[in-house]
Amino acid sequence: MRDSANTPVPRRGLVALAGAAVLAEALPPRPALAQGGPLRVGLMLPFSGTFAALGENIAAAFEMHLAERGGRMGGRPVQIIRLDDESNPANAVQNVNRLVSRDRAEALVGTVHSGVVMALVQAARERGVPLIIPNAGNVAATRELCSPTVFRTSFSNWQPAYGMGLALGKQGAKRAAWVTWDYAAGNEAGEGFRQGLAAGGGEVVRELKLPFPETNFQPLLAQIPGLSLDAVGSFFAGGGAVQFVREYAAAGLKERVPLCGSGFLTEGTLQAQGAAAEGIRTALHYGDGLDNPKNTAFRRAFRERANRDADVYAVQGYDAAQLLGIGLDAVRGDISAEKELTRAMRGARVDSPRGAFTLSPSHNPVQNIYLREARSGENRVVGVAAEALADPGTGCRMS
Amino acid sequence: MDVSGLLAQVLNGLQYGLLLFLISSGLTLVFGVMGVINLAHGSLFMIGAYAAFAITRLTGALWLALPAAVAGGLLFGALLERVLFRRFYRREHLDQVLLTFALILLFEEARSALLGNDFHSVPAPAVLDFSVPVTAAFSYSAYRLAVLAVCLLVAVLMFLGIERTRLGSAVRAAAEKPEMVELLGLDARRIHMVVFAVGTALAMLAGALAAPLQSVYPNMGDGFLIVSFVVVVVGGVGSVAGAFWGALLIGLVDTLGKAYVPGAAGLAVYVLMAAVLLWRPGGLFARGA
Amino acid sequence: MIVASRAGHAALALAALAVALMPLWASGYHVQLASTALVAAMFALSLQLLVGAAGMVSLGHAAFFGIGAYAVHLLPAGLSILFTLPASALLAAAAALPVGALSLRTRGFFFLMTTLAFGQMLFFLFHDTPLGGGKDGVFVSRPALEAFGFAFEVPRRSRPTVLLLLNLGVLAAMYAGLAALMGTLFGHALRGIRENEDRMRALGYDTRRVKLAAFVLAGALAGVAGHMSAMTEAFVNPELLGWHRSAEGLLMILLGGLGALHGPILGAAAFVGLGEAATLLTERRRLVEGLVILAVVLVLPRGLAGLRLGLLRRREPAPVAAAAAEP
Repeated sequence: MRDSANTPVPRRGLVALAGAAVLAEALPPRPALAQGGPLRVGLMLPFSGTFAALGENIAAAFEMHLAERGGRMGGRPVQIIRLDDESNPANAVQNVNRLVSRDRAEALVGTVHSGVVMALVQAARERGVPLIIPNAGNVAATRELCSPTVFRTSFSNWQPAYGMGLALGKQGAKRAAWVTWDYAAGNEAGEGFRQGLAAGGGEVVRELKLPFPETNFQPLLAQIPGLSLDAVGSFFAGGGAVQFVREYAAAGLKERVPLCGSGFLTEGTLQAQGAAAEGIRTALHYGDGLDNPKNTAFRRAFRERANRDADVYAVQGYDAAQLLGIGLDAVRGDISAEKELTRAMRGARVDSPRGAFTLSPSHNPVQNIYLREARSGENRVVGVAAEALADPGTGCRMS
Repeated sequence: MDVSGLLAQVLNGLQYGLLLFLISSGLTLVFGVMGVINLAHGSLFMIGAYAAFAITRLTGALWLALPAAVAGGLLFGALLERVLFRRFYRREHLDQVLLTFALILLFEEARSALLGNDFHSVPAPAVLDFSVPVTAAFSYSAYRLAVLAVCLLVAVLMFLGIERTRLGSAVRAAAEKPEMVELLGLDARRIHMVVFAVGTALAMLAGALAAPLQSVYPNMGDGFLIVSFVVVVVGGVGSVAGAFWGALLIGLVDTLGKAYVPGAAGLAVYVLMAAVLLWRPGGLFARGA
Repeated sequence: MIVASRAGHAALALAALAVALMPLWASGYHVQLASTALVAAMFALSLQLLVGAAGMVSLGHAAFFGIGAYAVHLLPAGLSILFTLPASALLAAAAALPVGALSLRTRGFFFLMTTLAFGQMLFFLFHDTPLGGGKDGVFVSRPALEAFGFAFEVPRRSRPTVLLLLNLGVLAAMYAGLAALMGTLFGHALRGIRENEDRMRALGYDTRRVKLAAFVLAGALAGVAGHMSAMTEAFVNPELLGWHRSAEGLLMILLGGLGALHGPILGAAAFVGLGEAATLLTERRRLVEGLVILAVVLVLPRGLAGLRLGLLRRREPAPVAAAAAEP
């Protein structure tokens, strides 16, 4: 399942294709290609490394939507070119080059890692290739680095944390601390949490940070009892989140100071966190038990196709395909009509399993942030933390 | 500054430092005796941690992982010494660096092929899955205290082994004056193999012990490798006592730095290293310094 | 360490010409790949001044490469390359001076560990503080190609070609400068230190000062390489400073051959080519790289240049015999 189910290109074939592309490149561009031939969409995602499972789900859901459309967008068959970015920022520029120059991808979808996505954003800005970001939440991509050709179907790091802070403040929390890795995602989320909590009437009295991706949380945890807090908010993901939640409970803090955070704190990690996570509240744009027909159908179809349960990453990948489809339909497959394409995508209303969303002026989803509670292995949606929340998009000037 | 908080931080620092000792003592002995720089030492730590993860998942018992890491480490170390490292004792540092860099790549690739690339947490043994209150408001997991105890025990065993046994004195002689080994009629090959095997076993044991504390993830040995180098530079090469005190010092400086000087936390150990280099370039506990 | 013979230089010049003409015969992708290889060659060449010439194996050299690259980000946008290039070199040299002064208090593997630790310290400085925009890296605007009032506007289409020629020119200048340096008293002192430092000290050389000068110069040249990397990719991230990159530099040197000044250039080309071939053939790139390194350290310790040297030796016995006497 490495390549698109619709236009299967075995790996060797892809090599041959790349070779052909190299030869073809010496010739002048042929306009005929834009009409008849397949449209090449580059999926640059982690298919190995720590985030491999996320990449696989994004790709599987993207391909699922493509299959629902009979393998075509805007009347043209779509050929998917997968490229494993290994979540390795050191090779990011090189990898984007491979997709755009060697494999001649005409649209890009990617990626998970917030460092690697920067190289994609750069390519979209410099070469005008349309890009849809199906996960990475760096606020910059839809703030100061926003561009007419850059879209996102996931979230900005600011959004879920803002929702969490707001919900916490409304529940009456006055003093909270923010614990995170000291890196862009953690700090951007921290900014959202601080603003959300302030809007709800509370205050962040201390930020506790450790270098990414260290997991030596003890020096931070030992400071919490002395701060007389009503709650602790946090941003961690993956294994770091597992470790943090377990150590928080082991330090005896869970009963004294409730832990909450951006949804990634308990996303895909509940099984490993076990009892330590029970009852933790988080905020995210998706959750378990979200009751709408689109979601039910989506989850069933994904289960049938991929033989595993859909998650927030699958939703984001599915919506990336929907958004690209809307744009290409509007220009009837002529991807070179950049202005019309991006206008159609900008104005799209995406019928997402998370609930329909539109895009903000800086191309980030305007979406509900749900409040969830971890209960026996699920992040059950218990309410809406912030309705139709848009990232402020500060500093975005579309050229 | 609240005193109970400080107490908890000191405990954290000691526990981290003792774990560092297990890793850096092997590193410093291999340097001292064979003159080999082993960049893959951090990968051995990673292998120990993943072994603990795999064994715990298969059998549900971390207890088995500790003796397995030691036994497996001794065998694996002896094998590596026999097949690869033996050829490199007299080669240039550049060759040693690249050999061990290649091993890092191969070990990581093997890990990826066998166990995948996911971040996995490893549960602490059920018996130790409770918390011990250390201050009125802060508890310490029993497993952390157990790790502290095991590390101390290993340190004591190492001192006894080196000070009180014939093999130990031979190793000591080899570390202090490599050229003396042959003159004294000692079997250099056997000493080399034992030292390398013990160093590997210690790194893998450290990994197995750390697995429930750190979780396991790709390239997890990298950070420990660098900090272990700092320990060896601070403590003095070839000296197990130097590695012990150096590791405790680095553990405390790093932990207290993170707790009380946020922002500059990551840099504290390097500043310490620079100061040691200025003051005593051979390390704080270097022989004859 | 030897500088190539006249025939060797002719071969290098021919290769440079072939690279310069690449935009005419190769695809745009391969032109960009060649630029990457040229930047890698600059980095390896700067490291060769330490390793090949003076026998100092540093594992922190990438830090200076990264600082040179980050200088482009830290300087105001829109400056001329005539200003940013020397500024990158100076900044890298300024970082190399204290690191070298401290590290050179040690020798051998102590030196190796110390440079590694300081290199990682600088890595963390960019990775964990807002100084350089954090761990995700930042875009940089390329320095302007203008000199003495003439500005050279590069259209987007021909940018890869211009960058290729620029990188080729910088590499050639760096190589020529180092070749000349090897012939000076300083070059001889470095070689002497590599062979026998104690003897050089007995001869009255202040060997630590000579080594420090080499360390700082190598740092500055790595800064130049970093500058060209930032200029080529318009993107910098902390991985540029990481020790894996330093190890890759050492690998290029070993691939190309320790004994020759042009070795790192061959090595960098081989390394980039190898990486490209590995990604085309398999998803397990590390496996291929690891096995190739093992093969090289086990069976080809003199590198690719060593192979060529063996061929040359039969034809030109006199000059090469002197070189072969060097370890």
